[in-house]
Amino acid sequence: MNKRVVITGMGVVAPNAVGLSNFEEALRMGKSGIRFQEELQRLKFSCQIAGKPEVSEKKIAEYFTALQLRGLNSSGLIYGVMAGTDAWKDAGLKIEESETPQWDSGIIFGTGILGVDKFREAIHLIEQGKTRRLGSTSVMQTMASGISAYLGGILGCGNQVTTNSSACTTGTEALLMGADRIVAGKAKRMLIGSCSDHGPYIWGGFDAMRILPAKYNKNPTIASRPMSATACGFVPASGAGALVLEEYEAAKERGAKIYAEVLGGAVNSGGQRGGGSMTAANSEAVIRCIKEAIECSGISKEEIEVINGHLTATTKDALEIENWKIALKRKDFPYINSLKGMTGHCLAASGSIECVASVLQLDKNFIFGNVNSEDLNPQISNLISEDKVPRKTIEKSVKIIAKSSFGFGDVNAVVIFKKL
Amino acid sequence: MNDTKILDSIKKIVTPYTQRKEGLDNFNEDTDFIKDLEVNSANLVDVILDVEDEFNIEIDNESMSGMLTVGNAKNIIEQKLGKT
Repeated sequence: MNKRVVITGMGVVAPNAVGLSNFEEALRMGKSGIRFQEELQRLKFSCQIAGKPEVSEKKIAEYFTALQLRGLNSSGLIYGVMAGTDAWKDAGLKIEESETPQWDSGIIFGTGILGVDKFREAIHLIEQGKTRRLGSTSVMQTMASGISAYLGGILGCGNQVTTNSSACTTGTEALLMGADRIVAGKAKRMLIGSCSDHGPYIWGGFDAMRILPAKYNKNPTIASRPMSATACGFVPASGAGALVLEEYEAAKERGAKIYAEVLGGAVNSGGQRGGGSMTAANSEAVIRCIKEAIECSGISKEEIEVINGHLTATTKDALEIENWKIALKRKDFPYINSLKGMTGHCLAASGSIECVASVLQLDKNFIFGNVNSEDLNPQISNLISEDKVPRKTIEKSVKIIAKSSFGFGDVNAVVIFKKL
Repeated sequence: MNDTKILDSIKKIVTPYTQRKEGLDNFNEDTDFIKDLEVNSANLVDVILDVEDEFNIEIDNESMSGMLTVGNAKNIIEQKLGKT
């Protein structure tokens, strides 16, 4: 009998809310975290709006030692440590203070690129011939695995501690990798999550690709328009999400609160063939990924009540829904929502933040309303009934929700959560 | 600058990096940065940078490798200050 995996803790640092209860409220209200960014205007970006979590210096100081705070200039690392530490505490787990690590607890915490602001500092010093002035903090704040390394040290984890990276699927992939490790009996507990830096050096490349909206600089909150007829690109964002996965028996034994069960999931790639490319998904791969996730979850496709989509607010949103429709082959389509109308696209952090949003809906009995989707894309209303795209939050007990994430490189991840 | 002043400055600089705070109670020229204060060896380069900033001197790699104790550091600082 395979081991079962449950979620016992969560933490989130999102553009529209920091902390679980604030995030729940923001989801219910459809609160936007997208704001005008003066820095992007100064640097002549086309898109001068973005999603950035609001965290004060005082708040940050609660998570780091005085020594760690010296020269700390890695926004993704800050968000990740906050979300990861919060998730751990939310699960009722202790921070190991003895000299013996927790051998059964591991970490898979992904990112796309870490510490770009710190890296910029380093580049300037190196160019000036002052390499020795970098000090000791440059490496750990800019290595991709800096985030899992910091969390591993703070929490005292002694199982696998690593960082994964698969563009915008990173967070959802981390969750499935962590779950696999527990199912295989190699760990009892895995802190999983992902984080993304903020700022012009992260977002500039996307601005150059002209895939960000340029005409909402004066109206930031209506810029991110998933599934809308007027969707015109994703709003760049940042942040972190984290979840504690635990072997079911171990969680029960210690009397932990169980948010939901990870029934199963799948990751795959379209091989950048058959319509797939570095930036576009091969639909056949997406459909396979959905089907495989359902199959390994041991549920029937009819049981999915809500889909939390990837839905970034581009013209590809309709294709994503079409792929779900083909994969599910159902008379009635599940409810579907996208967080990105409120937060923008948190890039590598999106998967984990959206997994937290998905599990919160199960735990707190609601389906959050889609923001800025009032003018539904007709290509979507041709596929599914409009009332499956709630524009207002619905109070409803939901048992099973599917979460999908897709990323550059033609990579896909789908996970199925169930309320116990 | 007299010895006491230099020692006080070194103590102030090294305090945030010190993991064994008891080591600061008995801070003197024989105090070893790693053994007595348990400064993480990676942080020694940060201590050096802070010393450079404080005294407006530059400590080359050779001098740095000899800076194991507070006394070593004091001597190097005095030597560099004498040169400038």
